[in-house]
Amino acid sequence: MEQEHKQTKGAKVATMAEMAAQGKQPEVLFWVGCAGSFDDRAKKITKAFVHLLQKAGISFAVLGTEESCTGDPAKRAGNEFLFQMQAAVNIQVLNGYGIQKIVTTCPHCFNTLKNEYPQLGGNYEVLHHTQLLRDLIRDGRLQVEGGSFRGKRVTFHDPCYLGRANGVYEAPREIIRKIDAELVEMKNCKERGLCCGAGGAQMFKEPEKGDKDVNIERTEQALETQPDIIAAGCPFCNTMMTDGVKNKEKEARIKVMDIAELLDGVADL
Amino acid sequence: MEIVPNILFVVALAAGIGYFSANVRKLMRNIRLGKTVRVDGPVSQRWKNMARIALGQQKMVVRPVAGILHIIIYLGFVIINLEVLEIIIDGIFGTHRIFAFMGGFYDFLIGSFEILALLVIVSVVIFWLRRNALKLQRFWKPEMKGWPKKDADWILYIEVILMTLFLTMNAADLRLQELGSAHYEMAGAFPVSSYIAGWMSSWSESTLILVERGAWWLHILGILFFLNYLYYSKHLHILLAFPNTFFGRLTPQGQFNNLESVQKEVALMMDPNADPFAAPAEDTPPPDKFGASDVMDLNQIQLLNAYTCTECGRCTSECPANQTGKKLSPRKIMMDTRDRLEEVGRKLDANKGNWEPDGKQLLDDYISREELWACTSCNACVEACPVSIDPLSIILDMRRYLVMEQSAAPSDLNVMMSNIENNGAPWPFNQMDRLNWNEEN
Repeated sequence: MEQEHKQTKGAKVATMAEMAAQGKQPEVLFWVGCAGSFDDRAKKITKAFVHLLQKAGISFAVLGTEESCTGDPAKRAGNEFLFQMQAAVNIQVLNGYGIQKIVTTCPHCFNTLKNEYPQLGGNYEVLHHTQLLRDLIRDGRLQVEGGSFRGKRVTFHDPCYLGRANGVYEAPREIIRKIDAELVEMKNCKERGLCCGAGGAQMFKEPEKGDKDVNIERTEQALETQPDIIAAGCPFCNTMMTDGVKNKEKEARIKVMDIAELLDGVADL
Repeated sequence: MEIVPNILFVVALAAGIGYFSANVRKLMRNIRLGKTVRVDGPVSQRWKNMARIALGQQKMVVRPVAGILHIIIYLGFVIINLEVLEIIIDGIFGTHRIFAFMGGFYDFLIGSFEILALLVIVSVVIFWLRRNALKLQRFWKPEMKGWPKKDADWILYIEVILMTLFLTMNAADLRLQELGSAHYEMAGAFPVSSYIAGWMSSWSESTLILVERGAWWLHILGILFFLNYLYYSKHLHILLAFPNTFFGRLTPQGQFNNLESVQKEVALMMDPNADPFAAPAEDTPPPDKFGASDVMDLNQIQLLNAYTCTECGRCTSECPANQTGKKLSPRKIMMDTRDRLEEVGRKLDANKGNWEPDGKQLLDDYISREELWACTSCNACVEACPVSIDPLSIILDMRRYLVMEQSAAPSDLNVMMSNIENNGAPWPFNQMDRLNWNEEN
């Protein structure tokens, strides 16, 4: 059974519709999210994560054109109507396919699917991709052959909706240690992590008047750790930190990378 | 006329407790102006949270300096208040140090009260210096101007005065015990006040009795005054921290509540059998207001939160919007909510309990839209609060009112929301292109 579903690196990802047509049920649904589907930078994260799932031989599928925004930004903006409309449609699709387990690269989708859908009739086991990747490494399904990141200083920016919102602090850090990188913490980390400035629908509007933008403040904290890489676990944080690093004209020396991209660089079979 | 002081004492005690209870009733009346709220989750977990966060002060020590000093003052007040029990019995029955029969244990108690009293004075002085000499930023934000600043300083002064009176009373008592004065039998240990007693060595017995009685009376009257000061002060947290941590959220911080009123509407819209032109039944109540524009639209836990806030500003100092110079301060959200609630309460009192709209509301008259839209919903304020206050839930409820009742979202957000409505993504991309990444390399 496992082998039958095993997809090889570079292969196209199956959609749930295709799987269902063949009478198959994947082990896990990969919820790509809007950023992961449309944003050029975030699409790289999507692809890196897909590579990893394929390397690990996980049977998975995506919803493709049947996926729609979870409603997170609408809800945080105060539009509960739109959020619940989105939720109702998505839950119909997910329940229609009998989905049990979801993994997503976006902490906002993760939080909404995990915490806000159950009351509306959507009950799934929901994982952030860093949690699934950590489990795959622990179970030996994903081999990590460190080296390329050995000695590199990596600081991890906690996404609010992964960290404080859901208490996931260790999964991404465990992976950073696994690739032999030197994990360096910012002065605000974990429970006291500073937001990148994108949450609560801020991503889609101009900031209010102030002294500086939140992503600049956070980037300054990251730069204080003298990192080679700023690691993120959220496509929106990734955008904000990338902009911050560019603003400080450090993009030639410091990369902003998702945990999946870090791991995709070293994981091999 | 031996009995006159006893009567005066009972009258003062009854007046102090009576006025305080009247204010507590007013406070509960005001909190009940809010919407009722389901208190879900295991009660045992709620007790544990109260024990850990309020009784155990666990979240105070996230900031170790303020946290440890606060624990000293907290322990000081809880433990020294055992002495108040003796004072009240002595006051009512005209006895003196009624618990002295406990002997060595009594000495131990009085001795430890004295050491704590000294530690409290030291801690309060450091707190005062942090506010007024070091001028820690969070104590000097715009919302702290005026009464909040004075309130904070007053609390510190009252605490020093009470502790000083307690030690002065003991010092004079010790001198009287040494002189063998009537009524002042040997009892207690005085590790701190014995130093003060040293300065009283030349005082006559009558002066000492005057000082001892004076300090005794001022101390208990001061405590009764402080008790009644609470309702008008941020210091109310010493009581409300307990219920507030009990009612604090048990669900993940990222989980925002789903509005049930909206759930009904959405179910109707999704129902293919529903008649879109059906007239509502005659007895249908008007639909609930979506979100909050005034304190009555908030729930009772949110209003309890407002009374519990002690304006320490940890939320504001962790807030990314505030740190980068935006107008939003989560502490101000809580202070405004309490101020507006008090205003509504006063108008109810003036109007014999009937509410007549006063042309004011929490939105705009207290909390501006600029503040509400600056929030990133990052939960840093919620995490920072040492007594489980949730300013974010109020911000969200007010945004809901702006968006769903007023259609008054910033225009950028309207674009984002119409994109989600039309093409299932916050950006204007076609839903049919969602899988294009799968074709690219």
